[in-house]
This record gives sequence, C-alpha cells and structure tokens, in this order.
Amino acid sequence: MKQAMVVSTVILGLLSAAGCHRASSPGPAATAYGAAVVAVSGDKQVAGAGAALDQPLVAQVNDAQGSPVAGALVRFSGGQGVRFDPASGLTGSDGQITVKVYLGGMAGRYPLLAITQDKAGKAYQAEFPEIALDYQQMLGRVLNEKYCSRCHNPESTAERVSNHDNLSVPPHAFTDGAALNAISKANLIAEISHGGAAVGKSAEMPPYGLTLSAPDIEALAAYIRAVADPPYRPQGVFNAAP
Amino acid sequence: MSLFEKIRQFLFRDSARTFGTCSVALLVLLAVVPAKDHFREWLGYQNGYERLIRNRSDGVSLARRFQGGVRQTWLPELQVVDRCTTCHVSLKEASLAGVAQPFRPHPPIPHALNEFGCVMCHRGQGFATTVEDAHNSTLAWEQPILPARYVESSCGQCHERPLTGTPQLNSGREMLASYGCVNCHKVLSPEGRAMTATDNPPPLSHVASKTSREWIFAWLKNPQAYAATATMPNFQLSDDDARDLSAFLISQSTPYLEGAPRKSAPSAGDAQQGASVYGESYCASCHAMQNAAGLMVGGNVGPELTRVGSKVKPEWLAEWLRNPKTYDPETAMPHYRFEDKDIGLVMGFLGTKTDSDFLANVKLEPATPAQIEHGKRLVNERGCASCHEINGIPRPDNFAPELSAVGSLALSKIVFVPGMQHTLPDYIAAKIRNPRSFGSALKMPQFTLADSQVDALVTALLAQTTRAKTLPVALRIQAPPPSTYQPAGKAAKLIADMRCFSCHMINGRGGSMAPELTWEGSSVQRSWLVNFLKRPNTLRPALIRRMPKFNMTDEEANTLADYIMAVYQTPAFDSGSADVANFAAGDAAHGKDLYYGKYACNSCHILDPNKDKGYLGPTLTQAGLRLNATWVFHWLKNAQELRPGALEITWNMGDDDARAITAFLMQQKAATAQGGAK
Repeated sequence: MKQAMVVSTVILGLLSAAGCHRASSPGPAATAYGAAVVAVSGDKQVAGAGAALDQPLVAQVNDAQGSPVAGALVRFSGGQGVRFDPASGLTGSDGQITVKVYLGGMAGRYPLLAITQDKAGKAYQAEFPEIALDYQQMLGRVLNEKYCSRCHNPESTAERVSNHDNLSVPPHAFTDGAALNAISKANLIAEISHGGAAVGKSAEMPPYGLTLSAPDIEALAAYIRAVADPPYRPQGVFNAAP
Repeated sequence: MSLFEKIRQFLFRDSARTFGTCSVALLVLLAVVPAKDHFREWLGYQNGYERLIRNRSDGVSLARRFQGGVRQTWLPELQVVDRCTTCHVSLKEASLAGVAQPFRPHPPIPHALNEFGCVMCHRGQGFATTVEDAHNSTLAWEQPILPARYVESSCGQCHERPLTGTPQLNSGREMLASYGCVNCHKVLSPEGRAMTATDNPPPLSHVASKTSREWIFAWLKNPQAYAATATMPNFQLSDDDARDLSAFLISQSTPYLEGAPRKSAPSAGDAQQGASVYGESYCASCHAMQNAAGLMVGGNVGPELTRVGSKVKPEWLAEWLRNPKTYDPETAMPHYRFEDKDIGLVMGFLGTKTDSDFLANVKLEPATPAQIEHGKRLVNERGCASCHEINGIPRPDNFAPELSAVGSLALSKIVFVPGMQHTLPDYIAAKIRNPRSFGSALKMPQFTLADSQVDALVTALLAQTTRAKTLPVALRIQAPPPSTYQPAGKAAKLIADMRCFSCHMINGRGGSMAPELTWEGSSVQRSWLVNFLKRPNTLRPALIRRMPKFNMTDEEANTLADYIMAVYQTPAFDSGSADVANFAAGDAAHGKDLYYGKYACNSCHILDPNKDKGYLGPTLTQAGLRLNATWVFHWLKNAQELRPGALEITWNMGDDDARAITAFLMQQKAATAQGGAK
C-alpha cells in the first residue's frame, strides 16, 4: 500500500513536471561576439495586420572595426503578436542572419528589433520599422496600386513604369510624411476628390471624386496616414499613454 | 469518541444548535454568490476601463457611453451570440486609438459592429465570458479565434464577388482555380455552384508527338527544375514510378495528325532573326523567358519557355506554330497566320533555349509491358486524368475530398501531426505546404508556393463555412454567373481562332490583360480598326504586354472590323449622331487650352511627342483617325459608365468643355503614330 503510494506520487510528480515544462528556446550559444548590429534589408515594409512581410529581415553583426562577425547570437523582438522564424540564431559566414516575420494582429507601427550582445553582456540593437494595415488602410493600399502609385511612386519596376518624372510638379510619395502630415484629413480628401487645381495646386492631380466612392477616398487618406514617414501624429487629440 | 463525533456533537447537539448551524451555513453560502461575482474576470476589465478613462480629458463622455455588466449581441438570423463587448467595451471610441487591449477601438470597417457582431468575422467562442474560453485554442476547442492574417476569409462568407479591400482572399480564390486545385477537389459556393478551373492543363493523348519519354521522366521527377514558374505539382515519384509513368504515357499516345495532309516542317532558321520575330509577335505578352541577366520576363498565360528547346520536338513545334488547335483544341494560344519562313525562324530561336543539365542524367531502357501496366495503375492512383486528357483513362469524379465546407471542419475529425498547433488554419496550411507530412502514402502532390500564396489559399478555404450556407440570402453578395457569351457568324470563327478571349473581355467573358471590347464599335473608326488588326501598334507606351500581330488577311481583318463596328455598340448613345461633330469655330482652340490647362490631359496622354511626356493613357497623336467623336464626347463626361474600371477619370465635364476638347482631339491626325512599336 505504502509502496503504491510512493510510486504513484513519483509518477504524478514526473507527470506534472513534464506538463509544466515550457518549450523555452534558449537558442544556440554564441561562438563569437560583435560590437554592433545593423539592419541590412527588410525594414520599412507594409503588410496586412498579422500577415507575413514579403521580404525577410536581414541583420548583420559587425565588430568594432566594422567587419562582419560570424557566429554571433542575434535575438529578434517585436510588439505583441509578432512572430519571428527563427526568433534567434547565429550569424552566418557573412555575418548576417535572415528571419521571416509575421506581424502582430493589431494595425499600427512595429519597430522590430535585432539584438546582439558583446562578451561583457552589453546589448546592441538595430531597428526594423514595419507597418501593419487594418482593413480600411489595406483598401487604400489596393486603390493606391491601381490609381495613385503610377505617379506618386517614383520607383519604376519591370512591370510598371512610373509616370512620376513626366509631371511638371513632382507628386509627393505617400511615404513623404514631412509634407503630407501637415495636410489635414479634410484637405487631403478635398484634394483627392476635387483635384489639385481646386485647392490651388497642380492641375496634373486629377479629381477622383466621381471615379472613386467617398469610402474609397477615405481609405486612401487612411493609407497615406498609415505609411507616412515620419509617422503621422494627430494633433489636438488626447493620446493616452499606451 | 472520535473527532468526527465531537464535531457532530458540537454542531448538532439539540434542535436549537442544529438550527443555528444551518443558519450560519446558509449565510456563508449566500455570501459566496456576490463574492464570486465580485471576482469575475470581466468585471476586472470593466473596472480597469473606468480607471483608464477617469483622468482623461474626454473621460466624462466616455463614462456616459460606458455600460457595465455582461453585454451581448444576439443576431438570430446570423447565428451570432457574442459577449465580446463585455470586456471590449470601447470598440466604438475612436479617441482611444493606441491604448492596450481589450480597450482598443475597432478599426474602421464598412459594417456596423452591432449588425454583424464579432464572431462573424473573428470567430472564437462568442458566448464565453473569460479570456481563455473566448479566444484560445485548447486541444478540443472547436472554434478558436481566427488569426488576424486570415480575417479576410470571413468577408468571403457573404462576399462571393471579389472585393477591392480583400486582396488576399481574391488571390486565394483565383489560385484555387488557376493552380488546378478544383480539378481534384470540389469547391461549391453556398448556392451550390462549383468553382471551375482556369488552368487548362494540356491533353496528353498525343504527347509522344510533342516530347520525349526522357523529358516526361525528368518533368515528372521535378517540374520546377524545368520551369521555376510551372504550376504542375511535384508528385514525389520514385525513379521507378517516374520510369513506368513515362512509359505508359508514351505507349497510350496516338498520332494527332492522322489523315490530315502534313506539311513538311520548315527547317529551323537563324536564331537571331527568330528572336526578332518572337519579339515582334509579342509572344512575351503570354510567355515568360529568363533573359541573359537571369530575370524572368513575360506574361504567365502560357508556359515559361526558358528551356523549351530541351522539351519539344521540332516537327511538333512547327505544327504547333502553324496552328496550335490541331494539337490542343482547347489551348489559349492564338492561331498566328505565320508563313513557313517565320515558323522556321521562331523554331530556330526556341531551339537555342535548351538546358543540357535537365536531361543529362536521364537514361531510360526500353519499357517492358509490366512497366507500362504499372504506369497505367499509377495514372489511376495519382489521378493524372483529373487534369489531363489521357487515352483510355476516364476523368475520375471527386478524386479528392470536397472542400465546400472545409472552413467549418470540426477539429475532432482532424488527425494532426505531432508537434503542430491544433487549429484549423494551421492544419489547412500544413496540408497545402507539405501534404506528405501527413503520411507518405497520401496522394496530394507537393506544390511550390510562397508563404503569401499559402496564406491566400488558406484564407480562401476558410471562407468555405457551413455558416455561409445558412446566411440569409439577402446578405449574400453573389458572384455573377460565368458569362456564356458567344459571338456569331464568320467573325465568331475568327475570334475563336485568334483566341481574342484569352486577353480581351467582351460581355463579361474573357481575360483582363487587354482592354475590354464590349463597346469597341462605338469607340473607334473602322478604317483605323482594320489597320490596327493587320498591324497592331503601340497605344499605351507604359504597357509591356502588347497586342500580337496575327498576320491576318485583308478579308479577315475586314470581317472582324465589320462585326465589331456593327455589334459592339453601346446603347448609351448613337455613335453616328452628327450633332457632336458639328463643332463651332474656335472650339478646337478652346479645347487645346482646356487640354493643357484646366484638365491637364498631358499628365497621362502624349499628343505632341516633342512636348508631352505622360505615358499612362493611350497616345493621342492620331486620335482624329482612331476615335469616334461621339465616343470621345461621352468618354470625357463619364468614362466609368462606358468602361467600368477604366483608369480614365470620370470628369463629369459640361457639354461645352467636352465638345471643345473633342473638337481638338479630332484634329489630331499625325501621319504616323509616335512612340509606336515596329
């Protein structure tokens, strides 16, 4: 009887220990240490809330002389709900590490971080600012692709030639927060709806008020706010500390 | 006396003592209920909300709108019961943007929250009142909350018609059709309409005329090694299986030109000149090819041609270029009216597109009857005939499980692989990403898909719910039934022969690569149209996909032009009405001012190639020779009405402005189209 109790206690103990065990990923141990980490590529991307970023993040660890360090441990961290694959790892022979990212489920800015430590335990970090869009902003993004980006995006691709440089007054890129954040939402919507000439700007910006619906134009304004760099900060609104 | 007996004696010695004990016990029990209520999880959140708003400048208004207690949205016709707003108390308070959950306001959507509830879109357990129960997925939880990246799937429960704001859902649905998923899996809409495939896999009944057994073997082993863009999945066949399958496919193949007088194939011509013919014929509008820099250039309507020289037999290629329909009556490839010389040149060019590595290690012994028999068994087992036409093999019905309600698949019916998350989206994603991880004997092949494509497919499949079937019909935004439009007469034969529908949409039928032609007859002048059909030139400088030159005869071009001019006429106006063309003196000059001034048409259109730069819209140097004046007039007033989705602005111009600009444009009759291609 007593023996059975002891055995069952041991089994219970083992079971609960197994149940409590969280698969914490300590990651591999660093074989080398750097003195800086830089964002190589994958920053400033835009995706739907919770969605995967199109491009992976690439971070590079350098030593004090600026040469890449292989085998340094890099840990990635982000806001709530962000998933990295893998969440940490060692840099390759080129001193770089590549991770896939799923953004969190809430729309907004995600300043993702790549963090490495030197031998003394001092942390260095590189920031990858990313943006997650909500439904309205995503609608704006799709409309932007069809109607706006041909002139407002100065970059040409093999599939889409930009008309940006053909205009006498160069249109603002939608990321140009320095210029666009200063325009109120009402004025932004007025300009999209009634065209540049109606608000004293270039007539090369045509009026979209009868081509697009009012919610579509609202969505475009929301998208412009969402991708602005520097970020748009609404004025005159009480902002609770997050 | 035992301890138990002592206690009993103490509590229940006589009737007075017993009464007292019971009263105390009852009191304690009564106290438990409010105490338990006080520690409710949701009450903690509501108290937290009151603390959050207390010191805000807008706290008073927020507090006035806040209602405590368990809140519930009940929408019987949608089967929605949810209490999410018990904790998410401030979904409509836009001023709280940026605060932590559960108090974040809901981002703007086109629906009122109280008309649809929360679980319609986010799923989860709506009537739960604890965080754990409402959101999380436990081993046996049937409806955990939907990860945000699949949330567009919920739109798809009502919206069968593509929505502008749901790119992921749209692309997932498009892929179900274009990757051939629906060739094996039945996917029905809530009305019971089956999704149809758009991938058009080639028939294999004459495959031995087209390619070698070695190529079939290498292709079966790894289609993406031949063409990175190939949509054919990898069936992960063993060498023996691929050997036997290729043996059977060759053995069942029959000659395809039997009885027909076969013209002798032209000999392959100069590759350099062939490249010019390939370019001038705009083969790249549909076919991609890796260029010298390693970049993939071209469209994706037809197969990639980077290594086509290692695949097709020259006699077959000659016959295919002469008229593709003799080999594959269903092909999307138009019948170019090539002369033998040009056929030889294109053959010469494509013949250089080889890859010696692809077939280097393929050494096949002649097939034995047993191998062929085994190959036939494999064709049946793997369901090859679901996609491809194969002699003697009927197309299997319902070869793979039906997916019409896969978005409501009960977790208890799913066999998960150890180590994976027990949720439906994770299961579907794993099935698509790596089907054989669920068992090496499974039939589903391995597709080559990017992560975003897997997410899109999962989104489209999660939209297939049982809830979608039970929704009120009034809520359903049905997709229009597929158009069965058929042109008539002689022109119909030409339209079919040149596969106009592969690129152009007419009356709801056809592709979207090229402009819609439903009202083309109202829009252009007949003489221009005949000329364009014979020698297409570039109208839109920024486009990289162009109309090919089909080498039509005069008679063919005239037949087509007559039909287009007579039949594709808008009912909105009479394109022959003269009143618009009766321009007053000075109209054109005023039109020029409006063109360059008020409307800045030159931002998108080139009219004077020496001065204008915008190249989004069609070039207008020859507008007066190309366009119908009445069309231009109405187009300037409301282009969207004439061609929904056109990039042209709906200007809503007044009659005077529209007439003046029309007069100006109709003057544009430059001798040659500027910026045009050869």
